[in-house]
Amino acid sequence: MDKERFTYKKVDSLVFGMLSPKLIKKMASAKIVTPELYDKEGYPVDGGLLDIRLGVIDPGLKCKTCGSKLKECTGHFGYIELARPIIHIKFVGLVLTLLRCTCRECAKVLIPKNKVDKFSGELDAAEKEGGLEGRRRKVKEIIASLKTINKCPHCKARQLKIALEKPYTFIEADKRISPIEIRTRMEKLSDEDCTVFGINPQVMRPEWAVLTVMPIPPVTIRPSITLESGERSEDDLTHKLGDIVRINQRLFENINAGAPEIIIEDLWDLLQYHVTTFFDNDIAQLPPARHRSGQPLKTISERIKSKEGRIRHNLAGKRTNFSARTVISPDPMIAIGEVGVPYVVAMKLTVPERITEWNMAYLKEFVKRGPKSYPGSNYIVRPDGKKKKITDETQEQLLEEIQPGYIIERHLMDGDVAVFNRQPSLHRMSMMAHRVRVLPDKTFRLNPAVCHPYNADFDGDEMNLHIPQTEEARAEAEILMMVETQLISPRYGLSIIGCVQDSITGLYILTKDLEMSREDAIDLLTQVGVTDYSKLPAKKTITGKDVFSALLPEDFSFNGHSKSCKSKEAECHDSAHVVIKNGKLLQGIMDSANIGQGAGLLLRTIHKKHGQRYTMEFLGRLFRLGVFTLMKVGFSAGIADTDLPEEAKKKIQDVLDKAEQDVDMLIKSYHSRELEVFPGKTLLETLELRILEVLNKGRNKIGSLVTEYAKEKTGTITMSRSGGRGTPINMAQMAACVGQQAMRGKRIDLGYADRTLSCFNRNDLMPSARGFIRYGFKTGLSPSEFFFAAMTGRDSLMDTALRTPKSGYLYRRLANAMQDLRVEYDHTVRDASGKIVQFQYGEDNIDISKSEGGTINVKRLIEQVMNE
Amino acid sequence: MDEELFKEYEDKLPPAILENIRKNAPEKITKAQLKKVLELTLKEYEEMAIEPGESVGVISAESIGEPGTQMTLNTFHFAGVAEMNVTTGLPRIIEILDGRKALSTPMMEIYLQKPYSTGKDIKKIALMVKETKVCDVASEFEINLADSTIEIKLDKQKLEEVGLTPSTLVKNIEKAMKVNLKLKDDDLVVVKTSSKESSLNEVYKLKEKIKDAYVQGIKGILQVLPVKRGDEFIIITAGTNLRKVLELEFVDPVRTVSNDVYEIGEVLGVEAARQAIINEILKVVDSQGLNIDKRHIMLVADMMCFSGDLKGITRYGIVQEKASVLARASFETPIKHIIDAALVGEVDKLNSVVENVMINQPLPIGTGLPSLIVDAKK
Repeated sequence: MDKERFTYKKVDSLVFGMLSPKLIKKMASAKIVTPELYDKEGYPVDGGLLDIRLGVIDPGLKCKTCGSKLKECTGHFGYIELARPIIHIKFVGLVLTLLRCTCRECAKVLIPKNKVDKFSGELDAAEKEGGLEGRRRKVKEIIASLKTINKCPHCKARQLKIALEKPYTFIEADKRISPIEIRTRMEKLSDEDCTVFGINPQVMRPEWAVLTVMPIPPVTIRPSITLESGERSEDDLTHKLGDIVRINQRLFENINAGAPEIIIEDLWDLLQYHVTTFFDNDIAQLPPARHRSGQPLKTISERIKSKEGRIRHNLAGKRTNFSARTVISPDPMIAIGEVGVPYVVAMKLTVPERITEWNMAYLKEFVKRGPKSYPGSNYIVRPDGKKKKITDETQEQLLEEIQPGYIIERHLMDGDVAVFNRQPSLHRMSMMAHRVRVLPDKTFRLNPAVCHPYNADFDGDEMNLHIPQTEEARAEAEILMMVETQLISPRYGLSIIGCVQDSITGLYILTKDLEMSREDAIDLLTQVGVTDYSKLPAKKTITGKDVFSALLPEDFSFNGHSKSCKSKEAECHDSAHVVIKNGKLLQGIMDSANIGQGAGLLLRTIHKKHGQRYTMEFLGRLFRLGVFTLMKVGFSAGIADTDLPEEAKKKIQDVLDKAEQDVDMLIKSYHSRELEVFPGKTLLETLELRILEVLNKGRNKIGSLVTEYAKEKTGTITMSRSGGRGTPINMAQMAACVGQQAMRGKRIDLGYADRTLSCFNRNDLMPSARGFIRYGFKTGLSPSEFFFAAMTGRDSLMDTALRTPKSGYLYRRLANAMQDLRVEYDHTVRDASGKIVQFQYGEDNIDISKSEGGTINVKRLIEQVMNE
Repeated sequence: MDEELFKEYEDKLPPAILENIRKNAPEKITKAQLKKVLELTLKEYEEMAIEPGESVGVISAESIGEPGTQMTLNTFHFAGVAEMNVTTGLPRIIEILDGRKALSTPMMEIYLQKPYSTGKDIKKIALMVKETKVCDVASEFEINLADSTIEIKLDKQKLEEVGLTPSTLVKNIEKAMKVNLKLKDDDLVVVKTSSKESSLNEVYKLKEKIKDAYVQGIKGILQVLPVKRGDEFIIITAGTNLRKVLELEFVDPVRTVSNDVYEIGEVLGVEAARQAIINEILKVVDSQGLNIDKRHIMLVADMMCFSGDLKGITRYGIVQEKASVLARASFETPIKHIIDAALVGEVDKLNSVVENVMINQPLPIGTGLPSLIVDAKK
């Protein structure tokens, strides 16, 4: 078959270095002499910046150097001869050090010969600490300490003070040193002396920091665009190079014509400016070169640096084909490891399948159906790599043509593997492989149980889908990325996927005290997808616990505690203690502590015992059982849920009155300075702390009063008890009292002079004047209370907005610092260069995503042995 | 409990797990049963081993980075009623991982030796630790224009609180400042300026200097607070000076800690710094109610310390250390790295992750790690 596709070359290493003037000339295929770009006919000028010896960017033209066409020719460098030497802006710092630290007469380092060796160790240490700059700084320090700065120890010549007038003018004792002079001094520097400064003379001679020739990058990296009007618009780099060549030519002419020194100096300076901005258009002391529109040019440095630069945008991050993006919506009826893909998407995304003798007939059907009917195919790929689109016209002919060895790109079908992702991709569970399920309508469908790892909801979130295209990619996706392999979070070793919301509430109701007829139970189980009813007891009425047990595996035993269990060890009341024996739920209520994500221990135990595949299926059934129970019994939460009996209302008011009185007392004792001051605090701070304490106590009391008196059978309470949604605090805030609004850990204390709002007296320290909201959401908020609530609301929005970039940067730094760490075959953790970071991963070699919360569950094992 | 059995498994199982078994095994367990438990544990332990090639660094980075988005930014929070402000949450994590030398809230927890830890003289000891300056015990500073002297009025009550007499105070100031002092009355110190010509300006400067002059205590300890923790008294301080505090004889040097990781590294060595990083990060993680396995934090701490000294996770710290030019360039300041590489003709061996992403080659990590060795002779 096609042989080239399997010749495989590996880049072994990259060498960095500096282009010498000789090399620049040698690798150039053209000398550029004119700033003009096109001639009258619109063809590139010979010796111009778009010379076709530098590569081609127009279709139809052929490269003069290599003879290949557009897209085949990678481009070739050119060069220009600079009329006068120009300092390379990126080496100004180096040149300055070299000038300062070497003799102006004999060009030797200002360190006596016998001492150079002595200091080499120190220099290497400095380089290790602070890089090349550190080394240069150290050289300066040594010279300063030897006091040889004014007199050369070799030839005794007097040294003058050299200053740098930023960005690129060197001044020696009030007189400018011309780049020519600089270059001659650099040339005199010996190779040994170069090494003192950490330069390797084999790859970089210091005089190369002063340019005499300049390479012209190939046109292919600065293509021009043809606008709709037929006008050509050149790349920023071409503009800049045009400036350089133009000024350079003028400088040549002026020198040859013997123009006055001032004119030459001016042009020289201008050339220096253009060359400088060609390399970097963001130098502090220089005005950036601009377009006519005023927008700064993007020159070489700007192309490389920053997030949008070449390195981070195009090299470390890449774009893909075979991907799709749309809005997501929930569907509990598809399996957890599936993703619902709309037909429109499935007919655009394809999977390549190679024709063999055995599947020829099968694949021919796809070609016959073509791109317009599902499941069809969009392209065929011939063995030589030519891709052909299947259209109405080509279909017949292609059907004739195909034979083993061809590849058919067929539509996406049920069961294909797809990688599903939601940004921000903060952990590996943000990108998991799902099985495709092609469905009608226009959104991606996913099981609500996998929302948590993606951190997705359905308020308009969009997600991405990628289709792996090779067998290797598919294999890796299936083995490493499938949802079932990601059930346990590598962050803490517990389930990250579990029942959520409705499902938890449903199972709570089901296992609490629900009873139903046998018919209803079978109905429910069928909806869930269980068809084996033999586990149901042969009775007329069946309890919810029995229905739940029907899902459990026969040989499963489990001991657990539910959310309402206060003390873990002591035998708490029956419903809080979950006992499952041989696949039967004997007592206890299911809630988020057992079947939820995170601490959902029931799921974790099943995972340990029956493996990932089983857990996935089990979880799917469990989830649906919860949802359908809820549908069956009917469930709603209303404003009446927050109604409290008169007695409770009175008690709550009493608590609040008491708290306000206490605060009053505190304020009084503050004014009379009788308040006992906490050590290290001022009187006012003490008062604030004490008030907060009193109000918090009051709020907590109200919270427990509300839970005590609220009607047990309401939706809101059920949800909060089951752990599906909502907390008792939410309930208390609705029914009784919203409580203290705090900003920066304090009561609200900013606003007008000495008061929070103009409706209060100055220096009013009362709870109501400092953001305490006395009534609940149902009763309603007063205008000032509403304003306080809005203040804290805005504060938390600000907090989120500020936190996201901070934590994002921390994450980027961590990821960058640690991305190379891996476990070696000898169990050590090493970095890319083989340095050992840990002798054993985590000191015990345990993979967290295989552990139970980071360790082995010894208790379970002991129990298992003791029960045998 | 059968110690012999445990001994047998000592090399095979990590000590923490053995300890766990010892703690949880019921009294009546038989030798055979215990053996079985240990055998089962060993089997599970072996199954739990991490696989070679696993990219543990990325997993740890994710595990710390992902919950970072959930942490609060609130710099200050009140840990209980009477304690001091502490930086927590994301800013604290950033501070630790940066390996910063100056913390925003340096703190120490000083544990005390036996008689003092029960509360004996606790206030006095606390004040001995605290750095006292002249302005802390003085009520007034005045410049006498006629004699060009400075008069310091002492606050007797405060002086007594810190356990000083006026005469010892004078001695201490003289030691610290090299000025001529005279004790007039019982609560008035007169400072004579050295030369007669000294202008008012200089006298004023001297006055300001004297205000900040060190009198007693430990430099850097700005606040002290005796607190009862459990059934013993400890001193919590704002500001740290680990070296000096550990020298005090009434201090329990084993348990006394500072929250300044860098300082711990200086005083007690990198191993201690590593442990301090782990403890400090875990403290924040726990206070935020997040769940991150200790191993991830250990790996980060090891990464910061394995070179021998403390390195922050910044462009000047760990990233600077990388062997590969492209890996460094892909982080920050790419131009600088490329130019420095050109000067020495650096060679990038392409053996870490990003470089291979850049040139579209398999990464030497995870499934890309195994390779074939072919014996060319055969």
